[in-house]
Amino acid sequence: MNLYDIIFYLFAIITIVSATFVVFTKNIVYAAYNLLLTLFGIAGLYVLLGADFIGIVQLIIYVGGILILILFGVMLTNKITDVPIKSGVLQVIPASIGVGMLAGILILIVTNISWRNMELTVPESTIGSLGMLLMNEYILIFELLGMLLLIALIGAANIARK
Amino acid sequence: MEILQIAVITLVKILIVVTLMLLTVSYLVYFERKISAWAQNRVGPNRVGPAGLLQPFADVFKLLLKEDIVPFAATKSIHTLAPMLALFVAFTTYAVIPIGPSVEIFGYKVDLVVADVNMGILYILALTSVGVYAITFSGWSSGSKYSLLGGVRSSAQMISYEISMGFSIAGVLLFAESLRPVAIVNAQSGLMWNAFVQPIGFITFVVAAFAETNRLPFDLPEAEPELVGGYHTEYSSMKFAGFFLAEYANMIIASAMIITLYLGGWQVPYIEKLGLPDYAVVLIQVTAFFVKMGVLLFFIIWVRWSLPRFRYDQLMDLGWKVMFPLSLLNLIWVAILIMIMN
Repeated sequence: MNLYDIIFYLFAIITIVSATFVVFTKNIVYAAYNLLLTLFGIAGLYVLLGADFIGIVQLIIYVGGILILILFGVMLTNKITDVPIKSGVLQVIPASIGVGMLAGILILIVTNISWRNMELTVPESTIGSLGMLLMNEYILIFELLGMLLLIALIGAANIARK
Repeated sequence: MEILQIAVITLVKILIVVTLMLLTVSYLVYFERKISAWAQNRVGPNRVGPAGLLQPFADVFKLLLKEDIVPFAATKSIHTLAPMLALFVAFTTYAVIPIGPSVEIFGYKVDLVVADVNMGILYILALTSVGVYAITFSGWSSGSKYSLLGGVRSSAQMISYEISMGFSIAGVLLFAESLRPVAIVNAQSGLMWNAFVQPIGFITFVVAAFAETNRLPFDLPEAEPELVGGYHTEYSSMKFAGFFLAEYANMIIASAMIITLYLGGWQVPYIEKLGLPDYAVVLIQVTAFFVKMGVLLFFIIWVRWSLPRFRYDQLMDLGWKVMFPLSLLNLIWVAILIMIMN
């Protein structure tokens, strides 16, 4: 086991343990806090795989934006109102069937694909080439995504106004 | 270079930076009190040591010896974690800010920056967004309404101003064509400082930096008349000191960011034309960085003791309706400038 493996397992353990907590904890605030650790662990894995841009953006968008919004919702309702918000267990059988099928498909994919093995190298920075690709080859998709987000934004503002 | 060598050099750099930060932070508190005294026609701290110069150490001992009170309604683990997180973010952000060019010390080529990361600017942005958690954690876990309101206010404010901050930074990045802080500094050689090239972006960034550090006129998260102490109302002893240190460390980072992005970093215009020996040039450049920082820190403190606080809706209006369009305008201006220059 070299240093790379150790770091990989460290991040993997952080991700899996905190994700388990997110699922099994009854306290919704703890779930949100553990989601922070999960997202952080995934960002670490991205960086380890040489996808530095995605790793950092994962932190900025998911940790800095989306999770904060979730926390806002939780913080402003939990503890202030007297209604305790707990997550419980319901629909056990359909849920386990669905999750079982998903897990089966994932395991099938992982075992059947012929993975390309690469030598360990010092990864290059991806941001320049990503920018080039986004602005040349994938410009149409990039602009369409921008439009989509704008539509969502206007829709959200419209709903909030009512 | 061997891995051991890199590790040792980096460790030494980290030690120097952390020590410098801690010393600057403690004396920043002293200067804040002195400058506020000057602004209000008082004397300020003058009892401990000559001219009160040992006051910071007395303060630290006082805070260390105080009783650490955790409120009954608090969520203890998160209550303890929050100040640590605040300090962690405050100290790690500094890793990517260069204080000078590369120099040769004892035959080793040393960059005067702890980590010359390719995406340094994004790294800083990511860490600032983690910094919001310190405040939301402390606000929520204290189990007090004042803390909660302070925490919510603070995160709303930081998120709103992050947008105009991001867009102002985008202007700088367009000009430097890189996300590396060192490259951004190098792109501002001569008098091509970004503060002169894109003045609107400079102003929006400085305002956003004030809002991000929760300083007056944007210190609503701890507005004393309304919220007692804001998100750190329920903190005492060293945990309070953690937040206090983090606030001042954040001031240092904000001014270091302003210098790196807009005021040419460690550069002194046209110094290479004077024909000085190499080591003198480097020395002058590093000194220039710290002089710029001193001036900016004085400016931040000066503003605090001169301006009244914004009302909450005014703050949000300013963020979304003035600063955000202005930073967009700056981006367009930079794009036009680059088009003309090419």
